[in-house]
Amino acid sequence: MVLISNDPESIVRGSETIYNAFQEQLRQFDLSDEVSVSLVNDIGQSYASPIVIIYPEAVIYGPVNASEVPYIVEEHLYKGRIVEEKRAPAHELSGRVAWLSARKGTLPAENRIVLKNVGLIDPENIEDYIAHDGYQALGLALQKSPEEVINLIKSSGLQGRGGAGFPTGLKWDFVKKVNSAKKYVICNADESEPGTFKDRVVLEGDPHAIIEAMLIAAHAVGADEGFIYIRGEYQLAIERMEKAIFQAKEYGFLGSSIFGSNLNFSLHVHAGAGAYICGEETALIESIEGKRGEPRSRPPYPTTVGLFGKPTLVNNVETLANIPAILRNGPEWYRNIGTPSSPGTKVYTILGKVNVTGLIEVPMGITLREVISIYAKGMNGGNFKMAQTGGSSGSIIPSSLQDTPMDFDSYKRAGVSLGSGALLICDEEVCIVDLAKVLLNFFRAECCGKCTPCRIGTKRAYDILSEISHGKGKLEDLDELLTLSNELNDLSNCGLGQTAGTPLKDMLKYFRAEVEAHIRLDVCPTGVCPMAY
Amino acid sequence: MSVVENKEQETLEFVRDTISQIGLTRADLIPILQTITNKFGYISQVAIREVAALLKLPTKEISSVATFYRMLSTEPRGKHLIQFCESAPCHVVGGRQVLHKLKEILDLEPGQSSADNKWTLITTSCLGVCGIGPVILIDTDLYGNVQPDQVKSILSRYE
Repeated sequence: MVLISNDPESIVRGSETIYNAFQEQLRQFDLSDEVSVSLVNDIGQSYASPIVIIYPEAVIYGPVNASEVPYIVEEHLYKGRIVEEKRAPAHELSGRVAWLSARKGTLPAENRIVLKNVGLIDPENIEDYIAHDGYQALGLALQKSPEEVINLIKSSGLQGRGGAGFPTGLKWDFVKKVNSAKKYVICNADESEPGTFKDRVVLEGDPHAIIEAMLIAAHAVGADEGFIYIRGEYQLAIERMEKAIFQAKEYGFLGSSIFGSNLNFSLHVHAGAGAYICGEETALIESIEGKRGEPRSRPPYPTTVGLFGKPTLVNNVETLANIPAILRNGPEWYRNIGTPSSPGTKVYTILGKVNVTGLIEVPMGITLREVISIYAKGMNGGNFKMAQTGGSSGSIIPSSLQDTPMDFDSYKRAGVSLGSGALLICDEEVCIVDLAKVLLNFFRAECCGKCTPCRIGTKRAYDILSEISHGKGKLEDLDELLTLSNELNDLSNCGLGQTAGTPLKDMLKYFRAEVEAHIRLDVCPTGVCPMAY
Repeated sequence: MSVVENKEQETLEFVRDTISQIGLTRADLIPILQTITNKFGYISQVAIREVAALLKLPTKEISSVATFYRMLSTEPRGKHLIQFCESAPCHVVGGRQVLHKLKEILDLEPGQSSADNKWTLITTSCLGVCGIGPVILIDTDLYGNVQPDQVKSILSRYE
């Protein structure tokens, strides 16, 4: 796969000519069937444009001149020899290029930090965990003061992996700073975002990593009790975690005076009962307290007033799973992976119309195109139409954003969100109206009902989309959908309502013609919608 | 005692037993209700009143929690509970067609139970096994990568 940068500066410097030269040369060397060439945007800063990236070696050439193309094709693509003298100098700036430079390998390899032990150790045997550096990080943490531990996490740059991306060290600091004899640490293992099963894999495969991380957090913030809130459907995860806690207690990692220090920590598993909204941290807390999972008004935030009114730290499973590694290897090691704005790795779940679905863990900064072509082994029959990143509340990514580095910063600048890391890849057989209808149905069903904008808004949006899919839509409906989307965003009490409108906005921004075809032409272009009652 | 009274007595005893094992505080409420649902398939009015009495809470508090969570039910359910994931990842890989087939074979809309009380069909949100969608969960058996023409044989496994 050959990618040629096509941002304004590259165009001025002849990227189109380079593109044509590649096509011509590939024909001459009879490689047109094996090698694809694409003009792409947002490859990185234009410090060496035009840039040419060749996979699977992920070599970056630049600046490239059209006259050099025959040589590159002959040497690299035909003979398999990388043209060292044309390599672009390594550069720190853009997420994508920084990641590729850092990799330096040939075939892109995953970098498993969160998933380090998953699939390699026996999760029901604490000895196996210990043999693989288990509970070492806790020992290191207990030799440091709480402030030192928090500063360590802060300097690592770790951000929350549940979807919001809040700086973890900062959150820990908030809880630490509150003066209270009683504090709690909660692990949010409610994982209900459609398309997401990364946390389940850690809970089932490496439960002790979470226990160890929570112990370290308890030491840092001054808590003595913790809860792991696991969604009720994850029966195996609940069993394994309870067994792990039992074994940890036996070995003295839970209880009082852990490692002879003054840390006391007791840990309980709390099972959810089937409610997506309980993944929202205040709704989760309400649920542990035995009430309906309705999010609270914030402020105050759980860091000051949380479980049973006490300061509470809530962290996602994936976020916590990074903690032992950061303690063992140091924050600089963590900073060296990923991108400057988003260090570390991210676990992505790949789903949809691709050849290989499943789970990968790669440094932050990878692009969607790379995920699809390299890890998912390409589209399964169809052509890429759109992807939804971050679960059902995530953004819908059209073709044009396939090369944006997937890190919190780059995505925010492109106006889309990264969320939980679920990547739902759709081909042209997926109807945008049908997809939006399914997404809004999810929000409508999972809405807790507390606040009117969400309770009524999600239902109304679903009804409109249902009408459109049955051939009864009107053009005014699209204006109403946009208004609903804005109202949901501005007026909802919690993240569910606030993000429920995102699919509507993206649908109208990138696929308006397809939606209008349902209305103006009474046709569903993909043939999916019923279009007649 | 009549059948109804027997059932009531069984419920009351089970509720008292459960609460004595789990606890009496508000925070114990959801685990208590989940245990009752797992045993009887639902939480009856008798159970709700007994839980309210023992936990010293108004019955409306018990009902409000029992009706909120999807894994709890205040309506009786059939012998076998079929849960079909209707979230986007399963839908996109063929979920739509599988649901259509399920509804057709069972002659049920989601939320309904069959006349002979053998089946209850409900749609559910993402179950977290998206890599093998479309997914059907029958009681505690999970079926993945389901094709429409497999639905009939899957259902035939259940008495």
